[in-house]
Formats: sequence, C-alpha cells, structure tokens
Amino acid sequence: MATGITLKELSKKEELLTGGHRMCSGCGAPIIVKMVLLASDYPIIAANATGCLEVSTCISDYTAWKIPWIHQSLSGAMERGHDMIYICYDNGAYMNTGIQRSSATPFGADTTTCPAGSVIPGKTQQRKNLTKIMAAHDIPYAAQASPSHWMDLVKKVKKALDIKGPKFMNVLSPCNRGWRSRTDDAIMLSRLGVETCYWPLYEIEDGVTKVTFKPREKKPLADFLKPQGRFKHMFAPENEWMLKRAQEMVDKEWGSLLKAEAK
Amino acid sequence: MKLKNWKEVTPGAVCTEAGSALKFKTGSWRAFKPRWIEENCIQCLFCWIYCPDMAIEVKDGKRGVYRYDYCKGCGICALECPGKKGKKAIVMEEEGK
Repeated sequence: MATGITLKELSKKEELLTGGHRMCSGCGAPIIVKMVLLASDYPIIAANATGCLEVSTCISDYTAWKIPWIHQSLSGAMERGHDMIYICYDNGAYMNTGIQRSSATPFGADTTTCPAGSVIPGKTQQRKNLTKIMAAHDIPYAAQASPSHWMDLVKKVKKALDIKGPKFMNVLSPCNRGWRSRTDDAIMLSRLGVETCYWPLYEIEDGVTKVTFKPREKKPLADFLKPQGRFKHMFAPENEWMLKRAQEMVDKEWGSLLKAEAK
Repeated sequence: MKLKNWKEVTPGAVCTEAGSALKFKTGSWRAFKPRWIEENCIQCLFCWIYCPDMAIEVKDGKRGVYRYDYCKGCGICALECPGKKGKKAIVMEEEGK
C-alpha cells in the first residue's frame, strides 16, 4: 500500500474506545470513533455534544473512553478559529431521542415527526448540506468521509490533525433503528452511499476542492434507498416522482462538486 | 454484575477510571453469535476495523478470538468478511443453540 497505512499496523495501536459501551448493536458511530482515534498519533481530548454517542458511552460510573472528554458547540468555534477538529457523525435525524426529523434528514425519509402517510410522503424538504456550510466558514480544512472507506477516513483525520486551526469532517453514520434497516448492514449501506454519490467523498483544503473517490460506475440512488425502510414508500407506484426528484438532487450535488474540483 | 449503592458511587457520579465501560458486559444483548472459521480467514482484518464493539482481538497483526463479553451480535463482521474461495470465515449462528 502506497500510503503506509495498513490495518495490520493500525491494529497494533491501543483501542481508545472500549467495548461495553451501550450504543445499539450494529451502530455506525463507534466504528467511526474507533477509526478516528486510530488515525491520531497525538494525545486527544474528545468534546461531545449531547447525542447517542455521548449518552451511551458515558452512563453513570462507566465510561468507554480512555481519553479525556468534555462537552462542547460548532459554528462559533469555527468562526473563533480554535485549533480543533470537529467530526460530525451524520445519521440523518435526531436518532437519540426517537428518530425525529432534522435539517440533516434526507428528502423523502420517513421519521416520527414527518411520518409518510396520506398527508405527507415523508420529509418534503431537501437535506441541509452541513459540509458546505462549514466550508463556507473559510476554515482551512473541511471534508466528507464514510466508514466503508476506512483508509480515506483515516488519511483525512491524519491530514486534519496536522493542520493548525479549525477543521471539520462530516462522516456518514448508518443507524439501523432510524434507517429501518438490518443490524449487519452499516458498512454496506455507507458504501452504497458513496457508490451512488449520495455521500461523495471529498475535501476542501484552503478553498481547493478535491473529490477523493470517484466511483467507477455511479450506481442509481435507489440502490442506497431500497434496503432502508425509511424510504419504503418511495417505491410505491404513486411516489415514483420522489425517486426521480431524490436522484436529481444527488446528480446536482455531484455535478457541482466535479465542477468545483475542475476550477 | 452487582450495581454500586449510593454510598459507593463517587460524588456527582464522576468517572475516575478510563475505559471502565469494560466492566459492563454487553454480550448478553446478543441474539446471534458470530463464529470464526480460521481456515477460511485471509487475515484482512476487516472484521476488526468494522466492529462497533471492539469485540475482536488482534495480536501482533493477526486476527484473534472474539471477545464475546462485548459482542452484541450485529453481524457486520460476517457480512463484510470476504472469506476464502467463496467460503466465509465468519458465520452467524442463533444464540444458545
């Protein structure tokens, strides 16, 4: 491997997040945390905003962390220019409190506060693009990653840690409870997210955009949506327009990303 | 596992021991159990990197045994396992059978 990063080498490092945490079976978030911690050669302090990860890794008298952690908040920290890396594990809803719709929920998804039925067909708005919002803070490094592509993720964390100033990474984090999928498909779904260009892997370093993975063949978005129960209604004949619209959104973002890279 | 009473808990329930979650065994959550078949293993370590529960031991860069005390039986390891010649090195079996 040209990069010198191998799983064999990484496996010799201490795991700084332990088992015995109480995230759901098959959750994507602890996988991402593990990869991030393995990527660092520096001492780390973790800052958690309240969410599944925080409450499930620190339950009265138990902590799954072997590093110090504190509570924190995002846009202001980026604006003030703190020397830190903010890693968002994006599961696309308020999963921790019972799968409520959030601004990061994708178009069409069924959640408990935008349930698909006779009144609305799931979420009617499009997903907020957090990575671009953070990049708009003109920070030195913003990137998007997926646990399926572990080496891409590890390389981005390593790169970010060596840059001074505020850095941001958005990582796709499958949630089988909220996505209404199986417990064993977190990695498969995050891979499909990348291969369908729903979740492009890219980085913006000092304003320069680089797509770090281009699928040989861009799969149809339906491949990513189909295994997830939250999109089930979109496959009904009367909702064909939703599939079309969702695909258009993905195509538009992918197109603008390639255009930004070509600049 | 015996829970602490209120006199034994630190003031404010402050955690004083890093990684104390290891004392909490989540293996009992499991409905399906992964079984490793060593002869089909190609040592890719995908199971290790993709495990959400740090439930796979790796020693000297080699795949080791399951830490069944923590494995929640999600099945990601079995799904991602490439195996050898079409034969998986990890299979999921119903717990207690």
